[in-house]
Amino acid sequence: MALPPPDPQFVLRGTGAAIHTLHFSCGSQEPAVPVLFSGSENGFIHVWNLKTHRVDTALDGHGRKSVYCVETMGGKDQLLSQGRDQRICLWDLAEGRTAVTDSVCTENVGFCRCSLLKVAQGRWLMAMAAKALEEVQVLELPSKTSVCTLKPEVGAKLGMPMCLKLWQPSCGSQPLLLAGYEDGSVVLWNMSMGKALSQLVCHQEPVMSLDFDSEKAKGISGSSEKVLSIWSLNEQQNLQVYKTHKLVNAGICDITIRPDKKILATGGWDHRIRIFGWKNLKPLAVLDYHTASVHAVSFSDHKIPSERLLAAGSKDHRISIWSIYTQT
Amino acid sequence: MAAGPERALREAAAALERGGPGAAAALGAAREAVAAAGGPAALGERERALLGAFLRSLARARPAAEWRSFFLEAPPGLALSVLLEALAAPGSAREAAEVLELFLREGRVPALLWELCQAPAGSPELQEALLGQIVCLPDHVSNKLQGKNPPVFFPQNYFPLLGGAIIQVLQKISESLRGGLDCSISFISHILGKVCVHGRQKEILSVLVPRLTDLTKSDCIWQRICWRLVECVPDRWMEAVVLGFVQRAPGADVLSRLLGNLVVKNKKAQFVVTQKMLLLQYGHTTAVLQNLLGYLALDSLRRALLIKVLKELLETWGSSSAVKHSPPEQQQYISKAILICLSHLKEPEIESCRQELLTSMMEGVKCHLDSNLPQIRRLGMIVAESISSKINTDGPVLKFQYEEDDEARELKSLLVQTPPFCVVPGPRDDDRNDKTDAALPGELESNKKSHPAAPVKPEEESDAELDSDDDLIPYDMSEDKELKTKAPVYIRDCIEVLTGSEDVDKWEATVKALESLVRKNPAATREVSVELAKIVLHLEEKTCIEGFVELRQRAQVAILTTDPIPVAKYLTSQFYSLNYSLRQRVDILDVLVLAAQELSYPKSHGKTKHSDAQKPCIQLLPGSDSSKDWRKIVDERIKNKTRRFATGQSQVERASGPNEFNSVAGHFFFPLIQHFDRPLTTFDLLGEDHFVLGRLVHALAILMYLAVNTMAVTAMGKALLEFVWALRFHTDSYVRQGLLSCISSVLLSVPAECLLEDVTEELLEAQSWLGDVVEKDPDGDCRRLALQNLLLMENLKKKLQTVPS
Repeated sequence: MALPPPDPQFVLRGTGAAIHTLHFSCGSQEPAVPVLFSGSENGFIHVWNLKTHRVDTALDGHGRKSVYCVETMGGKDQLLSQGRDQRICLWDLAEGRTAVTDSVCTENVGFCRCSLLKVAQGRWLMAMAAKALEEVQVLELPSKTSVCTLKPEVGAKLGMPMCLKLWQPSCGSQPLLLAGYEDGSVVLWNMSMGKALSQLVCHQEPVMSLDFDSEKAKGISGSSEKVLSIWSLNEQQNLQVYKTHKLVNAGICDITIRPDKKILATGGWDHRIRIFGWKNLKPLAVLDYHTASVHAVSFSDHKIPSERLLAAGSKDHRISIWSIYTQT
Repeated sequence: MAAGPERALREAAAALERGGPGAAAALGAAREAVAAAGGPAALGERERALLGAFLRSLARARPAAEWRSFFLEAPPGLALSVLLEALAAPGSAREAAEVLELFLREGRVPALLWELCQAPAGSPELQEALLGQIVCLPDHVSNKLQGKNPPVFFPQNYFPLLGGAIIQVLQKISESLRGGLDCSISFISHILGKVCVHGRQKEILSVLVPRLTDLTKSDCIWQRICWRLVECVPDRWMEAVVLGFVQRAPGADVLSRLLGNLVVKNKKAQFVVTQKMLLLQYGHTTAVLQNLLGYLALDSLRRALLIKVLKELLETWGSSSAVKHSPPEQQQYISKAILICLSHLKEPEIESCRQELLTSMMEGVKCHLDSNLPQIRRLGMIVAESISSKINTDGPVLKFQYEEDDEARELKSLLVQTPPFCVVPGPRDDDRNDKTDAALPGELESNKKSHPAAPVKPEEESDAELDSDDDLIPYDMSEDKELKTKAPVYIRDCIEVLTGSEDVDKWEATVKALESLVRKNPAATREVSVELAKIVLHLEEKTCIEGFVELRQRAQVAILTTDPIPVAKYLTSQFYSLNYSLRQRVDILDVLVLAAQELSYPKSHGKTKHSDAQKPCIQLLPGSDSSKDWRKIVDERIKNKTRRFATGQSQVERASGPNEFNSVAGHFFFPLIQHFDRPLTTFDLLGEDHFVLGRLVHALAILMYLAVNTMAVTAMGKALLEFVWALRFHTDSYVRQGLLSCISSVLLSVPAECLLEDVTEELLEAQSWLGDVVEKDPDGDCRRLALQNLLLMENLKKKLQTVPS
């Protein structure tokens, strides 16, 4: 008889609005406190102290418009956030400051989260949905210089980009971009040439979220349908469907592969968090705690594996923190 | 000059009279005399008379010698008359029949006809007499010989033989025409006409039509002969001939070759083709219609008629009285004719009468959509769509929603005309199977559909570190079920959700859970039953739930059965109140009927039956015809009741229990029957809302039936019979069907003694009305129902007689 699924380790309450994005910052050395950033619908970014389970700071930089993406740039003092006010803000949080140091105006009305990739010390690439509906723009941060703009071919009818993932192939060549589109396809972009290398129709509905494992050259995407699609990238840089997995309920909001590539978590419209083994997509657990759609799932970057956490933020205003499969 | 043969004939006759060995010599002498006069064809008037007298005595005397062959040599007309006289005379019938048989077998019929064609001068009486003799020969012979009639005289053998003879004669005529000689064909036409009017079209035309089709294919003299043949048919027989040709011609082009412009030249034929066959009759097959209208379309002179016909057809189609009073079969026939006409019309012709077409279409579609019979409504939609697509080639066209079944497809296929020269109808019999082959080639295409990105099979064993994450032990996932919004658990919560909730998921869950909740909590339901009934009655479909109408109906039934009296009172009062849609009123009726059904069933029975498929069959979805189901129920009961002597199966022990409908039947029934004649501003049962009236009448019939064995049944029966009486001449056949079902229910439900004591008068009145309906009603279902009712009454009477009280 299998064990019943665990309960959350603890629950963070008090944002007063639906949670749209989560980001851990736990990797720094002691005595720094591990923190969790959460972006919520009322436009606040909360910085949660994971020792006390309390909010340390609440950042208000998006004019009370929903915040749907939060990332750190290097440490927990440099923060990037994206909001529905069509701005991407860069924060300086060092020494208790709460200041927006810079911002990028996206002029995009969609919900597509930006994607951040560190290319060198102090240099990042950021991909974001651009003003024109089908386009993706890549900037270099912090200089904000435009690297390229990725336009689908005329007549491709991909629709809006829905989710983005910048990644660096392990052989160290140019970074590439994976983008999931409204028509259900995932496209691999070469940014230096500005052209699509491969396109794969994974879903019949818009791709809601995707994540990619550059070591195994394998990725996973979810849509509003009842299936997860796992695809692989071969040496010729062609995307192929590798496997599909049928879900009990329709609708995936977020997918994250744990940094050690052992497991992945999905957050669904059915209020549940699902854990799968990444290698063969074996279903491992269904965590049923929330009472509304789970909008964000995130794994912590703890140095010690046994301390690693999983956080899930939901429309029900709560963030549940789980400790699961930490012994591997 | 002619004295020689005359005397010889006279002497021969005398010798024959004397009898004895002189007979053979007399025969020889007569033969010689005929030869001397120049052959049988050259005989003069007086010689013919003498020869006739001789033949007569020959038939009487019947000498041992070869007397029979003499009849075959004599002029065939004369011989036939004499033989028929001999047949009629006592004593000589057998021999005369033998000679007649010989006469037919030896091919004397063509000779006879040819003789008559060549000498048309003979007196009309004589011609008339011979005509009768030829056409009625089988009747004469069979009358005389009764059972011993030789097969050659059977109509199915004789008339084809006559047809063959006609062809032979026509051949001779064509030869003589080619030789420059004139020739009269009118006697042949007379024969043809008379045979056809005697109902032997099938026998004679089955020979004539194929042969003439071949012969006229490329020969214009033959075509002229054929046209002449038909044109010379007297008016009184024209209809039978034209009908026969139209039914048997293998295609419109052939018909056009055979008939020529007959319809233009002959008034009677025109009437038959353009009026009688299209507007007055409706039993002809589609192939016949196609023949007929195709024939009209094939010549420019006749095309004017085609347009005229179309206008007349449309006038009938668009007349509301015709839609109401003519049987559906006829309306279907007219619709078919209209569609075929449309298929033949060309662009300029349509252009010239576009406005008229549009006007009649608008009128027609209005009165068709007004009908209560789904079949009629659909006919209207199909025809209107077709007309509109024909007259608006570029603009927007009408488009209706209806069920595509075989009938609709057949009708629509008529609009796409096969080119007139390769029509393949099955004219003679009902062989219409050739069309099925056409469907085959299309099927291959569907298999070629490309598959979207087929998944690459994961190479299962390629993972080297196979086991490394199998140490991840899954947790129990048995709870991972489909997400369901939690439905309310209390009735009062339901009311709250249904009246005010903005949460669509919750609302959906509530609608789905309501029925079971009501059934599980009868006490709680009773506290709020009327309020709940009100909410559910007004419930509108907020989101797209599968089977919403059914869910709502089941909930309503559950509420009504849980607390029958107040809820029934509420629903029946709402049926007659202001500001409801027809849909809601019909819902009320359905709910009352279903609840009555549930209450009247024994409990254990009802429980299992009601939760599943049995209900939706009565529920009315837009466009479905539930009256059939209703009628089926009644029919089944009638069957059960009337044929009890034929049953042999063992009766299963039925679960018994008190009839819950007993105490509440009146509450369901009487409020419904009370106010039907009081029109409201928005609702007029006796006026234009006759559809709801039809449903009401059917509902009453079912309630009446379900009230069997209840206390109120006699009073209900009496009220219902009065109600039926008031509406018995309603113009809508759906309403009349309901009324007839009502009578059936009364007869079945009310105990026989009560029927006799309390409602005798009403029953007698109803009986005479039923008799009328059986004879005169245009609707086939009405006639059938009325007949069943009369049978029921008859059975009732028998039952009363066998049990004298």
